[in-house]
Amino acid sequence: MKLHILVAAALSGAALSGCATRVSDAEADRAASAMMKTSFKAQGQAGLDRLDQDEVQALCSRHPNGLPKDLAEKLEKAQLATIRYPASGKLMGDWRQGERVAQSGVGKQFNDDPKRPSGGNCYACHRLAPQELSFGTLGPSLYRFGRQRGTSDATQRYAYGKIYNSEVFSACSSMPRFGHNQILTEEQITHLVALLLDPDSPVNK
Amino acid sequence: MLPCFAPAQQDTQKEIERYRQLLQDGNPSELFEARGAEHWKTKRGAKNASLEQCDLGLGAGAVKGAYVQLPRYFADTDRVQDLESRLVSCMVALQGLTPEEAKRRPYSGPGQPSVMTDLVAWIASESRGMKIAPPQSHPKERLAYQAGEKIFHYRAGSHDFACATCHAEDNKRIRLQDLPNLTNLKDAQRAYGSWPAYRVSQGEVRSMQWRLYDCFRQQRFPAMEFASDASIALIMFLARKAEGGTFDAPAIKR
Repeated sequence: MKLHILVAAALSGAALSGCATRVSDAEADRAASAMMKTSFKAQGQAGLDRLDQDEVQALCSRHPNGLPKDLAEKLEKAQLATIRYPASGKLMGDWRQGERVAQSGVGKQFNDDPKRPSGGNCYACHRLAPQELSFGTLGPSLYRFGRQRGTSDATQRYAYGKIYNSEVFSACSSMPRFGHNQILTEEQITHLVALLLDPDSPVNK
Repeated sequence: MLPCFAPAQQDTQKEIERYRQLLQDGNPSELFEARGAEHWKTKRGAKNASLEQCDLGLGAGAVKGAYVQLPRYFADTDRVQDLESRLVSCMVALQGLTPEEAKRRPYSGPGQPSVMTDLVAWIASESRGMKIAPPQSHPKERLAYQAGEKIFHYRAGSHDFACATCHAEDNKRIRLQDLPNLTNLKDAQRAYGSWPAYRVSQGEVRSMQWRLYDCFRQQRFPAMEFASDASIALIMFLARKAEGGTFDAPAIKR
């Protein structure tokens, strides 16, 4: 019994000295939030509201090493309700236009013209058409994506949904929610679906 | 197509490395550094004084080794400050400039040199070859580090990006540009130890403040205020992640 008390006292002593060198996580969060509020100014199309976090952003910021399974599933389910499919029901557009969207990195920066359509900048992170050697590696290679998966309705819905809101399929994904956050139009997303799935697209050659 | 691909990429990488090495002989940053050394001694402002009595953390007027021991806590301002925010304080206190005047042109542009950038280039060069060692003895220094870590992971904006989106994994690229993993000691030391840098593509010396400003632009955030608290906290986080690395700046980059 006595030993237990001694051990407990020693442990709490260690915890206390730990506290002396680090503030609590909550305190660090408060300090960071306060700093963020005073450290930016609105410019061009990027207003200060860009710093306001939605539920996904706040949760993912608090869990930099990934969400616990239950929270991840809850987040994915909630995000699923945000996907809007085109009224026409047509999910595959024109892969040639899709290639242009995939190449373009303009859009939403404070120095971008808000009247110009945004691009998806897919090549910044993914390998797609093999002719394009300048591709990034933050995301997986999508070369031959359609050749492996075919063009079934389910595959089209998956590809459209993943681009529209990546969080539905992988909580705290690094990929922007292109449809949900209105970076790309529904039509632009259908062109990207074609780039990925159309058998004539260079991605599947 | 596929079998040739990887070797071609490696050759490109090697060529880029060779190009970088060639550039190291005769870094145009030296011109900025020379101007910076002059600005330090030049009297200006309402008080018609130089910056020679400015305390960058190692005592009034001590410049050698100051950069690698920043950011740090300063009792007179009761704040943690990086080099630029400290220079603003000195310009105000010693020279009699208003804070607005001191921050008027933080970055240079074509045909428009910046006194601030020149000073940063020179002061940083006076730490070349030294170990990166930001102090952590004051509670506000430790809080700045922890807040900086939070800001590094702060996802927001139209694209859900945080600094960590691009800088928390090993061996990643955007297009062909290698991305340092700033949470990994070796990458962090190499990255932090190479800013400020002369950017060949821009023909200017760019500071760590500028590097963060431009990262936030690409994150689709609003414009980062020069020498703001968030920028200082983030620099504290990055400096500590790079602790023990050899400072080798101003460097030269693409």
